[in-house]
Amino acid sequence: MDFLRPASWEEALAAKAEHPTAVPIAGGTDVMVEINFDHRRPEYLLDLNRIGDLDEWEVGERTVRLGASVPYTQIMENLRAELPGLALASHTVASPQIRNRGGVGGNLGTASPAGDAHPALLAAGCEVEVESLRGRRMIPIDDFYTGVKRNAMEPDELIRAVHLPKADGPQQFSKVGTRNAMVIAVCAFGIALHPGTRTVRTGIGSAAPTPVRARAAEEFLAAALEEGGFWESGQALPPSLAQQFAQLAAGACNPIDDVRGSAAYRRHAVGIMARRTLGWTWESYRGGAHGTKGGAQCA
Amino acid sequence: MRVTFTVNGRRQEADDVWEGESLLYVLRERMGLPGSKNACEQGECGSCTVRLDGVPVCSCLVAAGQVEGRDVVTVEGLADFARQRAERGGCAGGVCGTGLDEAKRWAAKPAAEEQAGGQSGGPGELSPIQQAFIDAGAVQCGFCTPGLLVAADELLERNDSPSDADIREALSGNLCRCTGYEKILDAVRLAAARGESRTAGQGA
Amino acid sequence: MAGVTRTPTHLTQGGKTRAGIGESTLRPDGTLKVTGEFAYSSDMWHEDMLWGHTLRSTVAHAEIRSIDTGEALATPGVYAVLTYDDLPTDVKNYGLEIQDTPVLAHGKVRHHGEPVALVAADHPETARRAAAKIKIDYRELPVVTDEASATAEGAPLVHENRTDHHIGHVPHPNIVHRQPIIRGDADEAAKRADVIVSGEYVFGMQDQAFLGPESGLAVPGEDGGVDLYVATQWLHSDLRQIAPVLGLPEEKVRMTLSGVGGAFGGREDLSMQIHACLLALRTGKPVKIVYNRFESFFGHVHRHPARLWYEHGATKDGKLTHMKCRIVLDGGAYASASPAVVGNASSLSVGPYVVEDVDIEALALYSNNPPCGAMRGFGAVQACFAYEAQMDKLAAKLGLDPVAFRQLNAMEQGTLLPTGQPVDSPAPVAELLRRVKAMPLPPEQQWRTAGAGADVRALPGGLSNTTHGEGVVRGIGYAVGIKNVGFSEGFDDYSTARVRMEVIGGEPVATVHTAMAEVGQGGITVHAQIARTELGVQQVTIHPADTQVGSAGSTSASRQTYVTGGAVKHSCEAVREKVLQKGRAKFGTYHPAWATAELLLEGGKVTTDGGEVLADIADVLEDEAIDLELEWRHRPTEAFDLRTGQGNGHVQYSFAAHRAVVEVDTELGLVKVIELACAQDVGKALNPLSVVGQIQGGTTQGLGVAVMEEIIVDPKTAKVRNPSFTDYLIPTILDTPTIPVDVLELADEHAPYGLRGIGEAPTLSSTPAVLAAIRNATGLELNKTPVRPEHLTGT
Repeated sequence: MDFLRPASWEEALAAKAEHPTAVPIAGGTDVMVEINFDHRRPEYLLDLNRIGDLDEWEVGERTVRLGASVPYTQIMENLRAELPGLALASHTVASPQIRNRGGVGGNLGTASPAGDAHPALLAAGCEVEVESLRGRRMIPIDDFYTGVKRNAMEPDELIRAVHLPKADGPQQFSKVGTRNAMVIAVCAFGIALHPGTRTVRTGIGSAAPTPVRARAAEEFLAAALEEGGFWESGQALPPSLAQQFAQLAAGACNPIDDVRGSAAYRRHAVGIMARRTLGWTWESYRGGAHGTKGGAQCA
Repeated sequence: MRVTFTVNGRRQEADDVWEGESLLYVLRERMGLPGSKNACEQGECGSCTVRLDGVPVCSCLVAAGQVEGRDVVTVEGLADFARQRAERGGCAGGVCGTGLDEAKRWAAKPAAEEQAGGQSGGPGELSPIQQAFIDAGAVQCGFCTPGLLVAADELLERNDSPSDADIREALSGNLCRCTGYEKILDAVRLAAARGESRTAGQGA
Repeated sequence: MAGVTRTPTHLTQGGKTRAGIGESTLRPDGTLKVTGEFAYSSDMWHEDMLWGHTLRSTVAHAEIRSIDTGEALATPGVYAVLTYDDLPTDVKNYGLEIQDTPVLAHGKVRHHGEPVALVAADHPETARRAAAKIKIDYRELPVVTDEASATAEGAPLVHENRTDHHIGHVPHPNIVHRQPIIRGDADEAAKRADVIVSGEYVFGMQDQAFLGPESGLAVPGEDGGVDLYVATQWLHSDLRQIAPVLGLPEEKVRMTLSGVGGAFGGREDLSMQIHACLLALRTGKPVKIVYNRFESFFGHVHRHPARLWYEHGATKDGKLTHMKCRIVLDGGAYASASPAVVGNASSLSVGPYVVEDVDIEALALYSNNPPCGAMRGFGAVQACFAYEAQMDKLAAKLGLDPVAFRQLNAMEQGTLLPTGQPVDSPAPVAELLRRVKAMPLPPEQQWRTAGAGADVRALPGGLSNTTHGEGVVRGIGYAVGIKNVGFSEGFDDYSTARVRMEVIGGEPVATVHTAMAEVGQGGITVHAQIARTELGVQQVTIHPADTQVGSAGSTSASRQTYVTGGAVKHSCEAVREKVLQKGRAKFGTYHPAWATAELLLEGGKVTTDGGEVLADIADVLEDEAIDLELEWRHRPTEAFDLRTGQGNGHVQYSFAAHRAVVEVDTELGLVKVIELACAQDVGKALNPLSVVGQIQGGTTQGLGVAVMEEIIVDPKTAKVRNPSFTDYLIPTILDTPTIPVDVLELADEHAPYGLRGIGEAPTLSSTPAVLAAIRNATGLELNKTPVRPEHLTGT
């Protein structure tokens, strides 16, 4: 094993080009577990900790450019207004120690369906900025996940940042685990209301081979909101509407039975979370808070 | 490979480090600092918690090579770390790691120094959180203790009067199998209360 | 030992406090533990040491056709590769009671993760890479994983040629041990019953999940022997099993207890001990072995999973008429403590209730599942889960309050166990229930914040933000249990203590030396307290536990404070008598009280029981030391009759009751335990702070198995599916509620200071109390632990 320590982004790209099998390591919260448990012996480890740029974020007029290594703790503490869904998801990541090290780049690179950030990223809608010596490209999040622990990246590419639109409406995130903290998702659900475009986006974690959107549910809800004039009236949603949204969200799942939960439970739970998070976001929209309060531990 | 970094204010160097070694392994097996514990090596138990540039992290998930040139505080240095922080009047505004200049002035306390508390067996004065863990009965087998101390100390640094829910959240990454956590909560409350009365006593 | 890092040596406690029994004296190892200097077994280090690594089977049941170690041995940095063929003597197995466990697999593996080969190398990674090069040709065999498959016609035998002393009375060679208990006539008594309830209950496989992994250091000695620094629960039991395999006399295997990072039963069996010694003796170098968490799940036995069938009857005024039960425990591939687990499960299967007519059967299987053995409360834990569910069912059927119904049938002092043995010390079962019920209930909806919002940290799902109160229903449940204390069924359960008294710097000082494994429970604190109380000294030094002194028995079965504490007390009393003899000889003529009064040692003086000082202990002893090593044993017990189960098998009992308050998200099936109140009779709290700590810790382990903990074994392959802390979940601080504790002290006149062993009882009743509360909240039957979201949502 060789340990590559690029001092700059350019050096990192050069190293990755020279050694496409090199495994990038930033927070280490996935890679080191695999090394400690002898599940993986990469030829090269490519340390990204020295590249300060990756730990930074910029809040622009419409978007947030979030460095791949910005720790979840920083997202929770500093970007709750701009990225409420992702901030909520960040808060559910493992433990304070892990949140201090792990960032969105790791979730994306690993592309495990259980990664906590994915449902929030899908719901927000975002682009992943990847780069190699051959050039830079932006991958829409909808095209990013390609299979179980596979993504749309080429072997010589590294994730530099994620570009997320600033929330234009309420967002929520909910995750089921069988412990009240420090737990890998049995399944998870993210939702973002986008009043500007009168659309709704969702994300489902751990209930399909990849993180997925519940597109039928989104389309149903957007249409129902439009037809019922709910965006303008801000009226309470009829329970039947929320119920159908929940059923469609559950229907978007393609889960398996494993030690963390049964497929049937995952489908069921995604439906419940879809209904509840829709309720929370809609109440927030009606109350005019536009999702900036964050929800969890909301006072 | 060779790895050089600062641990508890002292520059340390390790040679022939295998690239897959964690910071935890280097501390325990190469630097004679086994205080950080190896309970799970998968970031689930928090017993290996150290401060890396002031930030609490699981040292089992930090690759040794990533620590090059950085600053680490382990449970072995916690008492000095807390004392220096107290002398500086806390450091709510910034990173609480040991600065390079301070590091150069750092010196170990003589091991034989007597303790006031009636407990014996340890060198130097304990930090408030360490003393509180002993006094509250928060230590049984003690394997989770080092990580909990580092995490709890950092909590009190950020928040000197945490609610029970704050304590639980801050310590939710540290597993304990012996105590049922009740006495750990007691210890953090005790350290916080003592901190308050100390501040009050100074008229601050 | 030159070169070895700090061992937890000579912990001295002193100062101004009296710090005798009954006080909450602080731990003597506390300072070392909070500074990181306390040396656990995984912290051992020796110059020039090698790292040992264990290669384990990847399949559960297979014939080993060949093992090729050539490539591994040729790896640079590798010093030794050992397999079964390298074992030095004819003794190739070990075991607590039955020596059925191979040191290294011999031609066959019987469970997933069984040790097959060992490697010693200069770095753990070198050892791992070399182990990966060992080629093993397995021919897989069919697995037996439950009672049906293990006892089916033509079932493969887990052990083909059994010669152990249970084989004569078991109905099938895949049954380790079977214990029936028949008392009265259950069928006849059933006719008096107005209501009868029955149920089948399933208890999952729990892991001890101690945080300090199996580890230790073996250092070869110049005399051909070996020094072993290790974390264990019973040094002498280890020694008895290790020495014959090494072909060494016991005195050449010198064992010292290193710091132990928790145990809970999981260190009663050997793990890496023999392996490290074999590698050290083969290479002539010190060898350290440290399991990681993955390996730890294979490195120790677990709690027996169980299926339990119960039938109870009661009259309409609420009196139990009879009980029938059948308890099938899965012992896995090797016997470990299975026979004792069967004994406890059967003899305590009635619980702390009066039932005259019983028909009981308990047995443990051999299977290809992971070996199961000791864990906190064994046997009694599984039974309590089932009989407490039955009590609630009966109460519901009779329309009675569940606590009142239990109190109506509660055992008292003098009640006969189903084994015919009278309970001959206080049994305040009804009182404990009364106390736990009388505690104030936690306020409703504590998760509501000052505004209209919710603090998710106080809700089911916690930080995962699954509910802001939707679907949340509160439930309350009660349970009570009985656990035997100490080793039962005729075992010679003794302990040894060496106590030395001398004058150092003008002050009398005591040294207590036992082989008791301090695993975190606080035994060393208590030993110092006992010595202060008995010898009137302030300074007590606790000598490191090792095999240079006689056996202290196991740190298990809630027995150490009772038995080794009893031995320390006994030796102190003998030392005191010697001091007094000396005093009489020296100073008897100066004061008549020397001959006539009851004399004590107090505050460094010899005094009369009236407080009159007769002499300084320092003047009595001068430069002479009194040094005694004595054994002490509790009252003998006897074996249970193999046919009827009758016999005075137990020596003492421990009782605890719990009230659980839970909030269940009924839609998502997530549970938050809000409060878990406990009342326990401890006889006499030698150290109240430690007592409460034990009760809270035991309660939490019971909570864990109620709602999250289970080792999941694939029934088709017998392979463990979740050997990690990512998928074997133990409670975090956010899962653990407030645990108010009410300690009752009713002395057991047969025990030292009237104390009761306390460590296990709280683990028993905690689980069924939580289950009862969840049932109360949901109305579901819930016959399996852990309760999973699937059970609560019907998915």
